[in-house]
Amino acid sequence: MRTEIRSKLREVLMTSPSFLWLAALFALPTAFVFAIALRPANPFGGVGRGWTLDNLERLADPLYLDVVWRTLWISGLTTLICLSLAVPIGYVLARVSRKWRGICLMLIVIPFWTNFLIRVFAWKALLHPEGPVKRVLVGLGLAGPQTPLLYNPAAVILVSVYTFLPFTILPIYAAADKFDFQLLEAARDLGARPWRAFRTVFLPGIRRGLLTALLFVLIPSLGSYIIPDLVGGPNGEMLGNKIAQRVFVDRNLPEAGALSVVLILAVLAPLVVALFLERKKEKPEAILR
Amino acid sequence: MTPSAAGPAPPGGFLEFQNISKRFGTIQAVEGVSLEIRKGEIFSLLGPSGCGKTTMLRLAAGFEQPDAGRIILDGRDITDLPPNKRRINTIFQSYALFPHMTVRDNIAYGLRVAKKPKSEIEAEVEKMLHLVRMTDQAGKKPDQLSGGQKQRVAIARALINKPSVLLLDEPLAALDLKLRQRMLIELDLIHDEVGLTFLYVTHDQGEAMSLSDRIAVMEKGRIEQVGTPAEIYEAPRTSFVAAFIGDTNFLEGEVVDIQDGEYSRLRIEGLPEIVCFNDKTIRPGNSVFLSIRPEKVHISRDRPEESRLRNILPAKVEDVIYLGSMTKYWVRTGDHRIQALRQHARIFLDEKPIRWKDEVWIWWHGDDGFMLERYRERDESLIAAPPQNLEESPEDEDKG
Repeated sequence: MRTEIRSKLREVLMTSPSFLWLAALFALPTAFVFAIALRPANPFGGVGRGWTLDNLERLADPLYLDVVWRTLWISGLTTLICLSLAVPIGYVLARVSRKWRGICLMLIVIPFWTNFLIRVFAWKALLHPEGPVKRVLVGLGLAGPQTPLLYNPAAVILVSVYTFLPFTILPIYAAADKFDFQLLEAARDLGARPWRAFRTVFLPGIRRGLLTALLFVLIPSLGSYIIPDLVGGPNGEMLGNKIAQRVFVDRNLPEAGALSVVLILAVLAPLVVALFLERKKEKPEAILR
Repeated sequence: MTPSAAGPAPPGGFLEFQNISKRFGTIQAVEGVSLEIRKGEIFSLLGPSGCGKTTMLRLAAGFEQPDAGRIILDGRDITDLPPNKRRINTIFQSYALFPHMTVRDNIAYGLRVAKKPKSEIEAEVEKMLHLVRMTDQAGKKPDQLSGGQKQRVAIARALINKPSVLLLDEPLAALDLKLRQRMLIELDLIHDEVGLTFLYVTHDQGEAMSLSDRIAVMEKGRIEQVGTPAEIYEAPRTSFVAAFIGDTNFLEGEVVDIQDGEYSRLRIEGLPEIVCFNDKTIRPGNSVFLSIRPEKVHISRDRPEESRLRNILPAKVEDVIYLGSMTKYWVRTGDHRIQALRQHARIFLDEKPIRWKDEVWIWWHGDDGFMLERYRERDESLIAAPPQNLEESPEDEDKG
């Protein structure tokens, strides 16, 4: 009995530093954001007294709804493109020889040596109406001289995919590396065509990696701010930009807080769904063990 | 074991390898191999690891393409068909069960891929679960099963497609001895029940012997010998087959003369003349290599009765290895070390046991020395002999 209490006490003591850290630096600020969202604004750019739902009600503005919707579909599409590129790349990486694998992983990681902001600026130069990409496309007849490559949602998606792709490749490669490729042979042996074997055996086999990759791209792209700010233009604005405008331009912290609440919930939703899916998968085994 | 129900087997092979070669980089895995496997038989490819047996199996399954040669199944050339188009299924060494599917889904996979109606799939899966006695485990995932159970699921999953040939890649290698023996009997029963052609790959000569109708012994990408287990064991053609299957003694000699047309007398260095059955066209003056199985060599303290076809030699015991049901004696006669196996029987209990350094007699019948067609010195290393010259080390002198 006494040892039980002691071990419980030790458990609490051991976890308390990280618990306090999380509480002070994550939970508390988040609670502040939620609280500020329920406060009125004051004309000096601060937070007023009393409580109000005005800020949340103002989010029903069609302007905001547009931005929320755009944030969701841009992030969704970015995630989809990233995953559909990362799965074949991860598969190939896990199957090529050790030498080529090293070279390819190097190539994937090298862009990180350059600052993220500079790389986004580089895209701005590339996609510029007088830039090389535009000229090549016009030269090939794939784009008209007036087709804009910059300052639209497509540019945001392109640069987002470029930015987040490594974060999706790595977890998928890690999962594929552990995958037993003889299972694919077994599926083919049992009569499955290559694509069917891939879909019914390989994809479920790297499920964990897929889920990690999905969260790695979906969450940061929902909160994306710099990319739409630099290459998005007014038609490519996302929630992050609106929050920044409320803070820096309007100096309306409560409304920025209300927008942040929406963003936090949008980020939490996929996390909760993912956690729930994992639990459901694990449960029958847990009971039997 | 004989496939009498399937009717007379067609002439030639059911599954044929014609002059198959396959190279991986600098390694010639299979070199000009031709084999004919008959319908309904259990055919084993037996050899040490790296001999090319697994490559042969992967070629048959369609996972590898041969560099040269054709593969024929039931009269049809299947060399260029992908694995999913071949009526051949494989049982993998690691079982390769799909970890995210239940036992039932694993077994149903082949039929689902073939888009069979649901009711048929259910009925077939139940039948298979029953065949491999896994009905009450059907809802489990592979990682909740024991090795033997996984094995049975793998068998059911492969059999449900009703393949023409079932390939088994060392299916028992991952199991412990007792389970292996039990699964071996089960495999045999399943074979009798479904009457399929089995192509069985193994490095375990015991498995191959007890299960197979015929065996092909492979070494370094080539076939050394094809035959029934008894042929392979009793009449090995090469020193490799003699030494890899079971145990043996090699003796090198020269034919002195031929007696009665059937027996030859051989001169072997350091030994008196040896009588040996000679069914080959070997003439006086030719050099030959003899293989004599240890259990054919008798050993006793008393000199046995003389007989015209009996080779009797005096020897000294150098090593005694107790094996449970038998004892192995390493004896020295002249310059040669010979191993002899003796079955334990009650009758010997009255006798004074043979011990280390005893002077004994060994003898074998002329029919039991078998002339090899081909001998390579490196095959001697397959025989596990204890270190030589024990008598010369000082500690041993003290013991004596």
